[in-house]
Amino acid sequence: MAVATKKKTTTKRVTKKKGFTKETYLQWYEIMLRVRRFEERALMAYSQQKIRGFCHVYIGQEAITAGMVSALTPEDKVVTAYRQHGIALSRGLTSRACMAELYGKATGCVEGKGGSMHFFSKELNYFGGNGIVGAQIPIGTGIGFAEKYRGTKNIAVTMFGDGAARQGALYESFNMAMAWNLPVLYICENNGYAMGTSVQRTSNVTEIHQVGDAFNMPNEAVDGMSPESVHEALQRAADHIRAGKGPYFLEIKTYRYRGHSVSDPAKYRTKEELESYKQLDPLVVTEEKIINDKIATQDEIDAIKAKIKEEIEDAAEFAENSPLPDPSELYTHNYVQEDYPFIRD
Amino acid sequence: MGRVITLRQALGEAMSEEMRRDPDVFLMGEEVAQYNGAYKVSKGMLDEFGPERVIDTPIAELGFAGIGVGAAMNGLRPIVEFMTWNFAILAFDQIVNNAAKTLSQSAGQFNCPIVFRGPSGSAGQLAQQHSQTFESWMANTPGLKVISITDPKDAKGLLKSAIRDDDPICFMESEQLYGLKGEVPEEEYLTPIGKAAIRREGTDVTLVSFNKMMEVTKAAAEELAKDGISAEVIDLRTIRPLDHETIVNSVKKTNRLVVIDECWPFAGVSAEIAYEIQKYAFDYLDAPVTRVNSADTSLPYAAPFVDEYLPTPTKVIQAVKAVMYR
Ligand SMILES: Cc1ncc(C[n+]2csc(CCOP(=O)(O)OP(=O)(O)O)c2C)c(N)n1
Ligand SMILES: [Mg+2]
Repeated sequence: MAVATKKKTTTKRVTKKKGFTKETYLQWYEIMLRVRRFEERALMAYSQQKIRGFCHVYIGQEAITAGMVSALTPEDKVVTAYRQHGIALSRGLTSRACMAELYGKATGCVEGKGGSMHFFSKELNYFGGNGIVGAQIPIGTGIGFAEKYRGTKNIAVTMFGDGAARQGALYESFNMAMAWNLPVLYICENNGYAMGTSVQRTSNVTEIHQVGDAFNMPNEAVDGMSPESVHEALQRAADHIRAGKGPYFLEIKTYRYRGHSVSDPAKYRTKEELESYKQLDPLVVTEEKIINDKIATQDEIDAIKAKIKEEIEDAAEFAENSPLPDPSELYTHNYVQEDYPFIRD
Repeated sequence: MGRVITLRQALGEAMSEEMRRDPDVFLMGEEVAQYNGAYKVSKGMLDEFGPERVIDTPIAELGFAGIGVGAAMNGLRPIVEFMTWNFAILAFDQIVNNAAKTLSQSAGQFNCPIVFRGPSGSAGQLAQQHSQTFESWMANTPGLKVISITDPKDAKGLLKSAIRDDDPICFMESEQLYGLKGEVPEEEYLTPIGKAAIRREGTDVTLVSFNKMMEVTKAAAEELAKDGISAEVIDLRTIRPLDHETIVNSVKKTNRLVVIDECWPFAGVSAEIAYEIQKYAFDYLDAPVTRVNSADTSLPYAAPFVDEYLPTPTKVIQAVKAVMYR
């Protein structure tokens, strides 16, 4: 509660130089670039009709993935919504496995069964992308319940959009998580819009993190265009939760540069607004900072660029050349029971 | 002379005409106002009726469906749009426990004149959570009426009837067929709830379907005709109450029935029809009633699964040949 209104605006830039190593900066730069290039390649494949269905890209929100790779442990559990390619990559799912999934290929991270909205990796503690707005909020809470039940130090990171923050499931979850002192880090990725609806049009409470106040849940607003701010906030929250003090709520203020999904022309916002956020582009700003502050050399940056370029091209080629799943796989993974008697008339 | 319009326009006209006629009718749902509807069904309605009557909601299906129920109990006539019926699952408590039961619980004092509407059924490669078909789910509940229609003329007439009806109605459309064109009369008309339509007369076999599976069924009937098989095609239009008479009369003529139903097979609409026919036309049947449903599975994302899962003209033709013993 004390930290509830510590940071209120998205415009406040973190300039302090303290604490982050060269490795951290390069790690951030690499994951953000991987996500950006992955999404751009996915959009291209979508326009060629190699990817079908819904496709919600993460472009603009990459600074969040930076904080995720540096502030969490591989044992922490993560669950999110359908805008999930970046989050999955930040958990260590490979570009190949993710791209092949978008192409609906048998080599995808869920064998072509989930597509853009539903990547999973049990091995990497990634509990998936969920297509039902808000559904993952109680699920993340339950993941946290299981961690506490087993007495681990792991955190259940439960991510959702600003639109999802208006679902009743959030309020029920917050209440139980606090009442039961669960190790859950709630992250609202506030990108300003739920489809065509701005945050201001959905509630009188437009500082979404303040919802935590009703439950005495510690909460803060975070500059989501800055990897430094995201990392620091995640670290504070994680320390709090690992100390056994219960849930924490971060509202990370970010922006999506593209429409809601590939089919959305995004006429509900102004060019000026979009441009103002492009000025804050975490990828550009981080690259400039690395060079200007002599954190690393241009050669080192170029090497990362070359590596990611090759990785994404390889992923697309891999996806392209992979086989489609066999239609008979329709009948697998509906039940664990192997000889389940389906109705087939 | 009529006009040729799309399904989305037909639905929009129905809502607008009823809102002009009755000030108690209003529309609410996600993106219905400023965005003109996720599928543009409510295009222009905010401009005409203003934000008091065309209301954008937050993403809160259980809440706004319940607000609709309360408003209906208190004298208004809400139209609640779900972006798709998949998301209405969050609101089933209010639809099933309240809208459907208020009249019974209050011994007739409170009715609930509300229309819950949106697209039902799969729509391409949208994967498990976004591909479900809800006619059988909702039709299972006494107290609700269920309409499922894609023909533009009938969609307009039925939606107008639904808005005027004093009972709660689940109205199901199709994401993939909002652009389907059809001729609609110039003058005002209503289409009665609870009456099926015979879309094609035939003598050898009866094909019963509804919603976008009508397109599959009509395509199969065309093919069958080339093969010398005359199929009678019935569009249910209303699922509950089921127009049992039209189906029974047709089967008495053709002696064979195939139901094409996108719902899952277990306790689906097809299962109910098969029961009715064995009960009321048993002596007229020359073959067992057969059905073509979606597969008894969830629908995954990749392209090969979609064809394997859904009814197709080929599967319908196979089923017809089986009941014709050909
Ligand atoms: C329960 C439910 N209602 C509606 C939808 C349709 N829908 C998909 S995404 C979305 C907007 C969600 O916005 P937000 O939570 O802010 O996430 P963002 O897309 O901005 O990442 C809506 C309404 C859905 N998938 N599930
Ligand atoms: Mg959003």
